[in-house]
Formats: sequence, C-alpha cells, structure tokens
Amino acid sequence: MSAPLSFLFRPGRAAWLFATATCWLTLLMAILLLRQVLAEGPISYPMGSWPVPWGIEYRVDILNAYMLVLVAAISAVVMSFAQLIVERRIRLPEHKQPWFYTAYLLCMTGLLGITITGDAFNVFVFLEISSLSSYVLISIGRDRRALTAAYQYLIMGTIGATFILISIGLMYVMTGTLNMADLAARLPAVAHTRTIHAAFAFLTVGVGLKLALFPLHLWLPNAYAYAPSVVTAFLAATATKVAIYVLLRFFFTIFGPQFSFETMPLDLILLPLALIGVFSASLVAIFQDNIKRMLAYSSVAQIGYMILGISFVSVTGLTASISHLFNHALMKGTLFMALGCVSFRIGSTQLERMAGLGQSMPWTMGAFVIGGLSLIGVPLTAGFISKWYLILGALEKGWWPVAVLILLTSLMAVIYIWRVVEVAYFKPAPEGQIVREAPLALLIPTWTLALANLYFGLETSFNAGVARQAAEMLLGVAP
Amino acid sequence: MCRGQVNRLKLNTLNDALLTPMTAESALLLALFIPLASTLFIAANYDRPNWREGATLLASLLLLGTVASLLPEVMAGGRPTVDLFELVPGLTLRLTAEPLGMVFAGVAALLWPLNSLYSIGYMRGNQERHQTRFYVCFAIAITSAIGIAFAGNLLTLFIFYEALTLSTYPLVTHKGTPESMQAGRLYLGILLGTSIGFLLLAIIWTGWMAGTLEFTPGGILAGKVEGPAVAILLALFMFGIGKAALMPFHRWLPAAMVAPTPVSALLHAVAVVKAGVFAVMKVVVYVFGIDFLHETGASQWLMWVAALTILLASCVAMTKDNLKARLAYSTISQLGYVVLGAALATSMGVIGGSMQIAMHAMGKITLFFCAGAIYTATHKTEISQMDGLGRVMPFTYAAFLIGSLSIIGLPPMGGSWSKWYLLAGTADAGQWAMMAVLLISSLLNVAYLLPIAARGFFTPTTQAAGIREAPLACVVPLCLTAFGCVLLFFYADALYTLLAPIAR
Repeated sequence: MSAPLSFLFRPGRAAWLFATATCWLTLLMAILLLRQVLAEGPISYPMGSWPVPWGIEYRVDILNAYMLVLVAAISAVVMSFAQLIVERRIRLPEHKQPWFYTAYLLCMTGLLGITITGDAFNVFVFLEISSLSSYVLISIGRDRRALTAAYQYLIMGTIGATFILISIGLMYVMTGTLNMADLAARLPAVAHTRTIHAAFAFLTVGVGLKLALFPLHLWLPNAYAYAPSVVTAFLAATATKVAIYVLLRFFFTIFGPQFSFETMPLDLILLPLALIGVFSASLVAIFQDNIKRMLAYSSVAQIGYMILGISFVSVTGLTASISHLFNHALMKGTLFMALGCVSFRIGSTQLERMAGLGQSMPWTMGAFVIGGLSLIGVPLTAGFISKWYLILGALEKGWWPVAVLILLTSLMAVIYIWRVVEVAYFKPAPEGQIVREAPLALLIPTWTLALANLYFGLETSFNAGVARQAAEMLLGVAP
Repeated sequence: MCRGQVNRLKLNTLNDALLTPMTAESALLLALFIPLASTLFIAANYDRPNWREGATLLASLLLLGTVASLLPEVMAGGRPTVDLFELVPGLTLRLTAEPLGMVFAGVAALLWPLNSLYSIGYMRGNQERHQTRFYVCFAIAITSAIGIAFAGNLLTLFIFYEALTLSTYPLVTHKGTPESMQAGRLYLGILLGTSIGFLLLAIIWTGWMAGTLEFTPGGILAGKVEGPAVAILLALFMFGIGKAALMPFHRWLPAAMVAPTPVSALLHAVAVVKAGVFAVMKVVVYVFGIDFLHETGASQWLMWVAALTILLASCVAMTKDNLKARLAYSTISQLGYVVLGAALATSMGVIGGSMQIAMHAMGKITLFFCAGAIYTATHKTEISQMDGLGRVMPFTYAAFLIGSLSIIGLPPMGGSWSKWYLLAGTADAGQWAMMAVLLISSLLNVAYLLPIAARGFFTPTTQAAGIREAPLACVVPLCLTAFGCVLLFFYADALYTLLAPIAR
C-alpha cells in the first residue's frame, strides 16, 4: 500500500512530514475502499496479473476493508502525534529519526498487508515484516529495560510465527494451495485428517501468542510498559487487533465455523481462557503503580472480551468482537496518547507522580477520563456499544455467569481508572511542582481520538453497523 | 421524530423560549440545557462570588419556570417527547414528560433555588473552600436529576443516574479530609457497584426479553417473563438502584454525612435518594406494570425488605446522637415507604409512594436546613449538646418542629397525605402486617424526631448565651420550606390529580 521511503529524507522533520502524509493518504484510500466494498461487494486484485489460485491475490471484503480503515486511521493519528515525542522524549539524534519513521511505516505496511491479502503464506510474510519492525520500535525506548522487553517479545513472537508457518505448511501439503478462498474450498475434503487438526492447533497457539491471548500474554505488559508511548499507542491499537483479524479469518473463512467449533471444540477452549484472561488481567491491573503497565494489563483483559465474543459463535457475539476491535483501538489509543502527554511533561507514568495533574494539565487528563469512561463502557462512549452486544450475546446463549462476569470486570475497570482520576484530580500537587499543559501538537491528535470515542458512541453505523455486516458475512448468514 | 427535526428543534430552543410561547418539547430540552449551561457561567465567574452565585440563582429560577410551564400540558394528558440520539437501532436517548417525572422534576426544580440560597449562607458563613467547584458540580447534579426525571427509557435513565453519582462525588468529598475521601470511596463504590453490577444487567436482560426499553404505561414485561425470573429481575432492579438505599445497600448514605449540609440536603431531599426511589417507582409502574406484579406476586419479598428497612433504620436512628446521622437513618427509613408503596402493587400504594417522594423531600430538606443552621450558628453537631437552643433560635426550631411533624405524618402537614394513601394501599392489598409496620414506624418517628425539638424548647441550659440565629440566607429558605410543608397539606389534591393517571 505505501512505500517506506521516508529514510531517504535526511532531516527528521521532513521524514515525519512525509510519513504523516503517507498515513493520512492511506486512510483516505482505505475509506474509499470500504465505501466501494459496501456498495459493490468484495474486490479482488491479482498481484502481477497471475490468475487467482496460483498468483497472490489481494481480496477485500467487508471485514478487511473495516480493518484497513481501523489500522490506517490509528496509524495516521498516532503518527501525527509522534514527532515531538521522538524528538524530545526518545531523544533520537537527528540523523536517526528517519529510521524510526521507516520502522513505523514498515510495521504499518505489514499490518495492512496481513489485512488485505487473500493468500495464507502472504499473511505470514507480512506478519514477519510487522513483527520485526515492531521489535525495533519497542527497543527504541530510552529505558534500558525496553531492550529486555523487546527481546522477550522477539522470542515469543518468533515462536508464534513459526507455529503459524508450520500450520500453513501443513495445510499446503494437504491441499496444495495457499489461496484462502481455494483453501476454504479444498479443506473440507481432508478435514478429518490428523494433519489438518494439527495445523489448526498450531495456528491457534501461534496467533494466540501474537494477540496475547491469556495465558500467552506474558510478553505484552513489559513490551507496552517500556516502549515509547507513541509505539505503545500504535501497537496496542493495531497490532493485537490485526492478530485477532487473522484469527477470525482463519477460523471462519478458511476452516469455516462448522469445522472450528463443531469438529474442534474451540469455543470450549476459548471461553474459559477468555474469561480467566479478562478476570485475572483486570485484577492485576488494579494493583499496578505504573499506569502504562496498568493499561497494558487492561489490554490483555480487553483482548479477552474480543475472544469471548468469538467463542459465542453467534452474530451478536461476533458483532461485539469486531466492533470492540475498533472501539478498543480508539480508547486505548486515547489513553496511551494522553499518557504520552503526561510523560512528555513530567517524565514518568508512575501513579504517585500524577498528583494534581487534573489542574495543571486539564486537557490531557480530560482526554484520559474520556478514554477511561469508554474503557469502562459507560453509555454515550464507544466502549458501551461493544459491551452491550457482548452481554446481549451472552444472554442469547443463556450464559448467565458470563454476563455477570463481564459486568464484574467492568467494575474492576472502574476501580483502576478511578485510582488515576482520584490522584490526578483530588490530590494536591506536590509543593513547588510546576507542570504546564502538553503542547498542541500532542493535544490535537489525542483529542481527535478522544472525540472519536464519543462520536462513535453516538453514531454507530460504522463500528456496529459494519461490524454486524462483517459478522453476518463470516457466519454465512444472509444479511 | 427524525433526527433533522430534533437538531432544528435544538437550534430553535432559545428562540422559542424568548419569542414564541414555548412548545412542550422545547421546554423539555431547555430544562436540561439551563442547569448545564449555568455551569459555564459559574465556572467563568470563579473570582467573582456574587456573579457566580447570581448565575446559580438565576438558572435555578429559570429552570423552575421551565418545569412549571410543562405542567399544564402533562396535566392535560400530553406526553411531550424528544429523541436525542439513536445509539444502536432500538436504543434511543429519549426524553418524555409524564406525571411521575413531573413530580420529581418539580421537587428538584423547586428545591434548587431554595437550596442555592441556603448554600450561599452556609458556604460563606462557614468559609468553605472550593466554592466554584461546589456550585458547578451542584448544577451538573441538577442537570442529571432533571434528566432522570424526564428519561423516556431505561437507558436514558441509567446514563443520567450514573452522571448523578459521578457529579455528586466531589460534593461528598468536598472537605478533602481523609475521612471524607474514605466516605467518598464508599459512596462511589456502593452506588457504581450496584448500578453496574445489578442495574445494568437488569436493563440489558429486560431489553433482551421485552425487545424494548421504553417506559410504557402498563409495563413491557407482562407475558414476556414468568416464574421466578420475575422476582429475580425485580431484585436486580431494586438492589441495582442503590440510591434508593434499600438495606443492605444503605451504608453510603450515613457515610456521606461528612459532606457540607447543603450537599446533604441535595442528597436527601433534592436529587440523589429521590432519584433512587423515583427510579424504583418508574421501574415498577412502567417496566413491570402494577397489574403484572400483582398477578405474579413477585413483589411480595420486596414488601418485607422494605418493611424491614423502615423499622430497622428507625431503630438505628434512635441510637444516634449526631443530628445529621439521625436524619440520615430517618431518610433510609422514609425511603422504605416509597419502595413499600411500589411493592404493594396497588394504585393507592403507587400514588402514596409517589407522593411520599415530594412530601418527604419538603420535610427532610427543612430538617437538614435546620441542622445546618444550628451548625453554622453554634458549631454543634450532637443532639445532646443542643439543649435550650430553641429559645435563642426560635425560627429554626419552629421550622424543625414543622418538618418533624410532616415526616411523622401528622396533619396539617403534607406528609400526612402520603402516609394516608400508603395506609389505604395496604388496606387495598389486604396486607395488614404492612399497615402495622407503617403505624409502628410512625410511632418510632415520633420517638426520635420530637425529642430534638422538645429539648430545644424546654430543657433549660446555661450555654445558650451569645448564640444567635444563623445568617438570613440560611434562615429564610428553611422558613420557606417549613411553610411549604404546610402548603402541601392543602394542595395535595393537585398532586393526586396529576398522579392518578399512572396508577390506573
């Protein structure tokens, strides 16, 4: 989609301008693409004009058009936010700054590529592109521990990628094709074989590692906590989301819901994992003193919600998952960016250092509160929409305890968000501390996302309407 | 109504208000808009106290006028409705004015100006800090209360209910001391915990089974749910509405006593607990429907919980020496009346319970105003220290006596009517045990309220020297509300006419 050419530009600022322009342009294209898909149905584009089953096919239907918009939108907003942070906080030397933007764009290319491709092997290639560049992005943090975190992520990520590769290899052996549509057509014939069962298992674990599915989430808190806030905002809002997309794509389009959930008891595995993940991660989040870490654990919990929606295997459940992909990207983007503003000014994201920020940085904390409310799932914010569908999905299944647990974990979200609010608004600032509001260059992107949280809480034709269409498509229900 | 119309309507709201006779719909929007907009003026004038408080008073009077202008239409059977947004198909933010909501909105709108006037006297008299924050949060709380009153469906109700909780938190913790922070946590913990844990679940469950969340006369659940599920759903609603302070979720109310007295008045009379019992009423009347509850008998247990709350809270009140704590437990007990009225599931019960919302508000705000006036004048908080104060503070104590009589339910005070209808309700339902509970509770009320006034007037004391009445801004409102208690006795039939349609 986009050319990572920014390293050609020597001065850091020019590279940033170029990268930002690229991101916004991508967003524009993604939106146009989505409109076209909504109007005319799936679009297919054979790369290099090779006929479809042999060449690599790019295939865009509602689901990945939606994901493209999501990834592009978050990249664009976060990129607009990046420049000051890269220059002042990470303190990269001038000549190295272009490399940061290059890595960022590469990562984004990888994510977009995973989303858009119609070829299973291509997914792996793009996954590696995005992963490798994200290791670089994480390790760029000034904190030395970022290196260990990146290394941890590298190991886990590589294992995940290998598993995915093994799985794709097994499928290729059995069917002789890598094209997704083709795979879907040929798999049922060999679905009973142990090889395919193994492929399925490898895939689940591999992608589970990538998306930090509990208990495969161990890399995430460190990686998010020590990476620069720009990177955290970007990765938290996009990378895990794309991994969930991969999961959806493989489970529903390639293996088909019948195989995934009836032959293999996937829902029975995912449901408890999701529930334990949501519950334990929320619990851990309550006891974190580093807010970035706290939000990282909350991310693990939120991923649990999405998996939960998948495990319902119903239109409502999937709608919840898919719309939560988008909504969670919005809220976590807002929160991490607000936190970026905080660390820009006070150089720390420790809870006790945030005392009195409600007065000294009203706009930043305002955005944080909006993001937090959305995270909790308060009505009128985007977060409410996905919670609503999720609980509805649980009730449709008659799973009472699940509905109760979802609400219970929302309460836990109230607690951990409230801790921040209480310190920031109701504790006086330490004597002699003078903190100014974050610069406009940071505030504008942050508030863009914060307002998006409110906007999509009210106008839900995109995040709920399109999500529903995508869910219906995945389950093969006529819309 | 389509969205375009609503937007146009919003734009024209001010024009309409100024130029043409208001339509009921625009008045409905205006009622939300006035207190919300006043926060801007209040915040902008943070360094000019007179302007700031002037803005509060002006907004409160405007609001009163707006709510009053809705009354004739609702009395005539109109149900003006405004749709704000549609979240998901079937989930709309909707405002509707109906009799029950009119009573609550009327209470809030009537008491806000009085409370504001009183706040000025109290806050200045005690030189409290953060006064701008106080007035801003107060105005937001009123906005939320109006939103609850005019909520057209459960979702709208829930949103404003949460907004009310959050906006009153800074008021409860106003003093900023460790104990007030502790109380604030308890306040927030119980109210948010119950509302998200139970109420939201109940709402979603209702939406899923009934296919709608709209408040509909006669209820939306009849025929959709049966068996024990009805009682479970009712329990989720009743305990989910933590603001109704049904035992065992009542602890937040006494804890919140650390707040300044005008805030206590807001909590106990104007908005918070009233929002709770109002929501209870609304759920019983418009979601379950009294006929449905009557047939299934699902509210039997609720009656007993309410009765227990009434009696236990009264007993606890007797043991309290701190005046505000005693009043707080009295509130819990009085709220039980409203819930009992709802649980009886007879028309008289519902009317009595709804009337109790208004009557108790007027009586209890008088009592709290008096408690605050005594504190401002003497800095005394314990009843045992208040001997003989009635002779030096005659107006305050006279008002206290009137308020007490109204709470007890003796004529010629407004409170007697709500008690009367509630008793009639128990007789209609054939619940003689409940009738006994009401009578015993009235006796308990006498036992814990009258001694306060009696000590003030009759016990001789030496310490009263040098004590005078509280500032005029404190005394005038409490005299007005005491007068209101008497007035309500004579104009209760208007309230009855207003409420009668809902119980049919």
